[in-house]
Amino acid sequence: MSVVTLTIDGELVSGRRGETLLQVIREHGLALPTLCHLEGLSERGGCRLCIVEVEGSPRPMPACSTAAREGMVVRTATDRLIRYRRMIVELLFAERNHYCAVCVSAGNCELQTVAATLGVDHVRYEYLSPRLTMDLSHERFGIDHNRCILCTRCVRVCDEVEGVHTWDVSCRGVRSRVIADLNHPWGRSETCTSCGKCVQVCPTGALFTKGAAVGEMVKDAGMLTRVIEGRDKKGWQE
Amino acid sequence: MNRADLRHMAEAEQERQERFRCRIMVCAGTPCLSAGAQTVLDSLRKALAESRLDAEIEAVASGCMGPCSRGPLVKVRQQGKKEIIFERVTPELARQILLSLAKGRRPPTVSALPPDFPFLARQMKVVLANSGSINPERVEEYVAAGGYGALAHALHELTPDDVCREVSVSGLRGRGGAGYPTGVKWNLARKANGERKYVVANGDEGDPGAYMDRSIMESDPHRILEGMALAGYAIGAEQGFIYVRGEYYLAGRRLEAAIRAAERAGLLGSRVFGSNFNFRIDIRTGAGAFVCGEETSLMASIMGRRGQPRQRPPYPAQQGLWGCPTLINNVETLATVPAIMGKGGNWYAGIGSAGSKGTKVYALAGQVEIAGLIEVPMGTTLREVVFDIGGGIPGGKRFKAAQSGGPSGGCIPSGELDTPLDYESMQRVGTIMGSGGLIIMDETSCMPDVASFFLDFCRDESCGKCVPCRVGTVEMHRLLRRITGGTATMDDLAKLEELCELVGAASLCGLGMTAPNPVLSTLRYFRDEYVEHISRHRCAAGVCSMAEVPAGPEQEALLHAMGGAGEEA
Ligand SMILES: Cc1cc2nc3c(=O)[nH]c(=O)nc-3n(C[C@H](O)[C@H](O)[C@H](O)COP(=O)(O)O)c2cc1C
Ligand code: SF4
Ligand code: SF4
Ligand code: SF4
Ligand code: SF4
Ligand code: FES
Ligand code: FES
Repeated sequence: MSVVTLTIDGELVSGRRGETLLQVIREHGLALPTLCHLEGLSERGGCRLCIVEVEGSPRPMPACSTAAREGMVVRTATDRLIRYRRMIVELLFAERNHYCAVCVSAGNCELQTVAATLGVDHVRYEYLSPRLTMDLSHERFGIDHNRCILCTRCVRVCDEVEGVHTWDVSCRGVRSRVIADLNHPWGRSETCTSCGKCVQVCPTGALFTKGAAVGEMVKDAGMLTRVIEGRDKKGWQE
Repeated sequence: MNRADLRHMAEAEQERQERFRCRIMVCAGTPCLSAGAQTVLDSLRKALAESRLDAEIEAVASGCMGPCSRGPLVKVRQQGKKEIIFERVTPELARQILLSLAKGRRPPTVSALPPDFPFLARQMKVVLANSGSINPERVEEYVAAGGYGALAHALHELTPDDVCREVSVSGLRGRGGAGYPTGVKWNLARKANGERKYVVANGDEGDPGAYMDRSIMESDPHRILEGMALAGYAIGAEQGFIYVRGEYYLAGRRLEAAIRAAERAGLLGSRVFGSNFNFRIDIRTGAGAFVCGEETSLMASIMGRRGQPRQRPPYPAQQGLWGCPTLINNVETLATVPAIMGKGGNWYAGIGSAGSKGTKVYALAGQVEIAGLIEVPMGTTLREVVFDIGGGIPGGKRFKAAQSGGPSGGCIPSGELDTPLDYESMQRVGTIMGSGGLIIMDETSCMPDVASFFLDFCRDESCGKCVPCRVGTVEMHRLLRRITGGTATMDDLAKLEELCELVGAASLCGLGMTAPNPVLSTLRYFRDEYVEHISRHRCAAGVCSMAEVPAGPEQEALLHAMGGAGEEA
């Protein structure tokens, strides 16, 4: 059978076999915050914002990387889940420097939007305030590590869609950094094709086009599905 | 190699050993080596060569004998006599022992352990049966001790199904931490569809202070190879990998040598024991990340990718190395299997307690008279381990708590000294068996400080993939540091407890899920110590140096300005 039925927030809904919980939830018009997930990329399951409660599982499960199964009973917005999501956003703000007032992405930032939706208006955790650099060596783009949330969308798009794997993550834990090639300045990368996909999919102000002033960096993460669909259709062969 | 060849090999080795009037085993495990065992061995060999006694007396480098804190250890085995073990042996003492043996006199009694030494007498060695009794670098000695007999038997007389059933009957549960029933796991892997399958031995052992797996790998490497081959036969795999922690140089070297020797003898490779079963084992070396012990991360590492966990399911038994069904077991788990196949699942199930069968190896460490490696039946109480086997707490101090399960575990306080050490009872008191690290603490330990130590470890070892663990552990550690520094408020304690909940519930892999356990467990039994640090700025154990003045917001701001607060980011 290719259809599964499950209960989400009390409603009986259907989905296709092989779909993730997130896909089913979104197809039914329910909102669920995500940051590391992006349609068209492999799932990472890293930000943990999309966690939902699944009956029978003691721990919440990430909707983006959990397959929808027949008969599941899922809750997406319990008090506990909302409290956890707020804490996660607070932790992200505490981890690096997010001074929205001077950020190129202010107003067009997914982290900001998620925070606003969840009503996070202050951070209770100690700001870690790492002193991170900015790499402006690329001709057209820049990366400000202070705004990076390590969602690795850039890493995945460069590897899975552009096919060159310029980006990767070095070190571990809170010291993790996105690096170009073997930790070279981006501008000296021998693999980067300057396609700009990473910039477009970056949910925050970490990756930007040079010359963007505060609030000017508008991104189009949806271009990814258009690129992928276009490729699948192979229209140029006609 | 066929079964007759195996018997010949065993008999030839037994004859060889019997030609010596006496065998002197010098422990060549890492703890004893670092205490100077190599010079003891060298001086013995030199003296034997000089006195031309080497035809009568053999000096053997063996694996761990157990009481590692008393090393270097030397065991004297004379034909027809009770063996004698000497502790803290110097080259000088070794020469005296040799001299007395040469002259047929009784060996010196200084440093000799009494024959009923409780540390050794109270143990039950199954996995460690050969440790300290054979030379791990000679396959003949393992074979002479009955090694590879279980594999030969299984390949000729049993179906893979039978092997899985025997393991199920034994009740063996995974020794790597989670205690998952091994038979169930093997059956899952056996039934999984896949053109190829793999067996992986997890020898990463990242828990601080634990060295059970290292010791097994160093002391009896063939036991692991035999366990892996049995697993390969049972699930239909032809390739195995041993993932060895990079720091375990000696273990890696002995395993490597063991694989070569087993291949040369036809105990591994193609058509093992003349059957249709082929099995190859390769070693993969880790680069020292705790998270690489986690199974999905370990597989990524074996495949040459960044060692980061992924969401399960799919479990390795469904989708593992290169997408194929993969059986991952801890080194100790696999090393138990030859004994189970040799003596039967029912025999093994007869040892231990109701839900936890068999024996368990522990690395006994901390404030205990004799530290070292022990193996006891499941269900042995903590009191027996600490006081009867470990000889109690040194310096007349009081026992305060035992920490088990490493950074995923918790502690057992003095009021629970009679807790049987098995999966269920340990869970009941709020800790876990884990891989078998057991750290004994006396009254000079401060529990918030202990929690801070483990959180520090988790924070350092977090892979960084998921936010609750990556940032949550840092914030938790900071809150703990404030508590141990006497600058925390009760609000900080509430924040800490809330973070424990989030990190435990929302993290991706076991590292984050269990990182709060040491905090939760110390809070459960020693909350007053936390409160005392916070409200009275006092550390009763005298471990924490309190800041003179509790830091207010101004002082925090100053810290930031000085760059102190950003130090580890
Ligand atoms: C962070 C983390 C570290 C781990 N480290 C080890 C390890 O060093 N050795 C080990 O055998 N299992 C380790 N495990 C458990 C393994 O993932 C796995 O459960 C185990 O190897 C399975 O073998 P078993 O069933 O024989 O216990 C670790 C798990 C986690 C979450
Ligand atoms: S990346 Fe987003 S959240 Fe961070 S400073 Fe910029 S706008 Fe604010
Ligand atoms: S611009 Fe394109 S090629 Fe260059 S790093 Fe970004 S995604 Fe990769
Ligand atoms: S640079 Fe942007 S896309 Fe890349 S990991 Fe950081 S936040 Fe994500
Ligand atoms: S819990 Fe920690 S170690 Fe595990 S995936 Fe998340 S960040 Fe990595
Ligand atoms: S979107 Fe699911 S974990 Fe990030
Ligand atoms: S290493 Fe020698 S007794 Fe343990």
